Amino acid sequence: MTNLRPMIMRYGALVALTLLILFNLAVTPNFATMQTLSVNLTQVCTIVIVGVGMTLVIATGGIDLSVGALMAIAGALSPMIFMGTLVPIAPLWLAITLGIVLPILVAGMFGMFNGWLITRFSIQPIVATLVLFIAGRGLAQVSTNGNLQVFKVPEFQAIALGRVLGVPFQVWIMLALVLVVAFILKRTVFGKQVLAVGGNERAARLAGVPVTRIKLIVYGICGLCSGVAGLIVIAMNSAADANLIGQGMELDAIAAVAVGGTLLTGGRATIIGTLLGALIIQLVRYTLLANGVPDPVALIAKASLIILAVWLQQREQT
Amino acid sequence: MRDPATVLRRMILSPTFAVALVLVLLTTFAMLRYDGFASAYNISSVLRYISMFALVALGMCFVIMTGGIDLSVGTVAAASSVVSAILSPYGLVAGLAGGLGFGLLAGLLNALIITRLKILPFIATLATMLAASGTALLLADNQTVSVSYDTAFTTLGQGDMFTAIRPEWVDGDDAGALGRVLGFILGFPIPAFIALAAYIAGAVVLSHTAFGRHVLAVGGGEDASRLMGLPVTRTIFSVYLISGACAGMAGVILASQFGAGQPIEGVGWELFAIASVVVGGTLLTGGKGSIWGTLAGAMLLGVIFTILNFENGMGWISLSAYWQSVVRGTFLFIVVVLQSRLAKPAPG
Repeated sequence: MTNLRPMIMRYGALVALTLLILFNLAVTPNFATMQTLSVNLTQVCTIVIVGVGMTLVIATGGIDLSVGALMAIAGALSPMIFMGTLVPIAPLWLAITLGIVLPILVAGMFGMFNGWLITRFSIQPIVATLVLFIAGRGLAQVSTNGNLQVFKVPEFQAIALGRVLGVPFQVWIMLALVLVVAFILKRTVFGKQVLAVGGNERAARLAGVPVTRIKLIVYGICGLCSGVAGLIVIAMNSAADANLIGQGMELDAIAAVAVGGTLLTGGRATIIGTLLGALIIQLVRYTLLANGVPDPVALIAKASLIILAVWLQQREQT
Repeated sequence: MRDPATVLRRMILSPTFAVALVLVLLTTFAMLRYDGFASAYNISSVLRYISMFALVALGMCFVIMTGGIDLSVGTVAAASSVVSAILSPYGLVAGLAGGLGFGLLAGLLNALIITRLKILPFIATLATMLAASGTALLLADNQTVSVSYDTAFTTLGQGDMFTAIRPEWVDGDDAGALGRVLGFILGFPIPAFIALAAYIAGAVVLSHTAFGRHVLAVGGGEDASRLMGLPVTRTIFSVYLISGACAGMAGVILASQFGAGQPIEGVGWELFAIASVVVGGTLLTGGKGSIWGTLAGAMLLGVIFTILNFENGMGWISLSAYWQSVVRGTFLFIVVVLQSRLAKPAPG
């Protein structure tokens, strides 16, 4: 029996997901179709991408409330570049490349700004990232004057709508990101250092871990991830609305991380868990909606799910 | 020990004083710059509006002093506004009790999850935030619920405090300065009066009761407080109830002021409240806090908003509404950076 506990802890999310899928196969009509898979994966994609960055931040014992705002900044900036409203750029491929690379970098820099506030002034992460949570979306809105930017650039929109082997390109981006970061976290010195900072910051510092640099990097990565997610959102909608891009994303991402089994106080993290957590939350919502349960009830179910998941994990710990 | 110079210096260096000073300076600036800023109508409508945020911030201040956080206040206020709107046909008391009751219930849920299930306040209140939002939409059937105008319910948000004894001559052109002040006091908006009363009660509780000392002790060190035999669990339990009640009251005012229960309002209120508390000089790590600083912080953020509106009215520059959040964020940035500088012990 004693061997059971770590097993549940390790594979709890996976078991829950499997049960959900089995339940749906039995109950929900038309569940086992490519359409269902595609819908669910595209809806969960941006949450997972942001969740990956959030997992790293939470692993260091921090939190990032600004992810949604950074998505809005990247999403508002990109069309300005590839549509040439800022400066006309002649070849389309160059405009699109810049329109993808620059916004992601800008989001990454804002992420570094979060890290800078947190390390340089020892401000708590929740307050430090609150600054950009409030001001960031405002910046995006100001730069577009709150207007909707509509575009039709298939070459750019391929990042969300293109398909490789029948699977949307954004899903490939998500999978690649999950695998790469999971590898980094598990197998590299940097990964160990991230967990060390979250486990016991002072001890990590004494052991020679460059705490300040680690924190700057994880908040930077979180910003980069938000930037990518912001671009995917506008590519899907063929429009950028600074008021809406990434609205409420911080909560979805944190919920995915929590349900996935990452310790919210830092020190223990799982990227695959975050992927599973996001899938579980999405699938619970889909299951309820597909079976005629109204959206508000699904919201309450999501809340209960978060509490249940975190509670179960805590029981396993003690 | 207590020579006046030291007391004075300490007072001037306190964050509360700094925020209050900035508030006074900004308000004076606005009064001089904009016609109509100091008008009774403007002041009363600003106060009416800010009072909701101030109430939510008060509850948040208590929670933060224990080292916790309450993310659910915004959606709880929204849900409370729906409940009180639904109950408003049965009278003022029913609407008030309904909204306040819902707030307390949500606070109770938070308190139970945090103290019994031992789940971090951040996650516990995040879940309650979602649940309250779902409940609000469910009760309101996804739309705004208009309140009943047949009962006295709307006076709670729209009325003034002493209308019954307010003489008419204070509104006349020849009322003079004294008359205007008298008119203002007697025309004090009821929501602002409720918020003020709550703050006075909060300040008294914090500095003159055992509970207040427990709140600060728990925030200063939970384990140490427990070892000293302080009722830690009960204290934490109570602050979430207080925060829930404050959010519920804000919801009642919301419904009564705008004539409708609004299930999708309240988005971002929790962050506004946290910002007010931080600007007011309360440390997020707990153990220290200022009730009046929080009030000043909430008013300051509200005044910035009003000034931007007036600035647009001047026509010199046209700041879109979107600048509001940029200005607020920048302001928060400056405050937290300054605080971190001040919090460090002075060299030598």
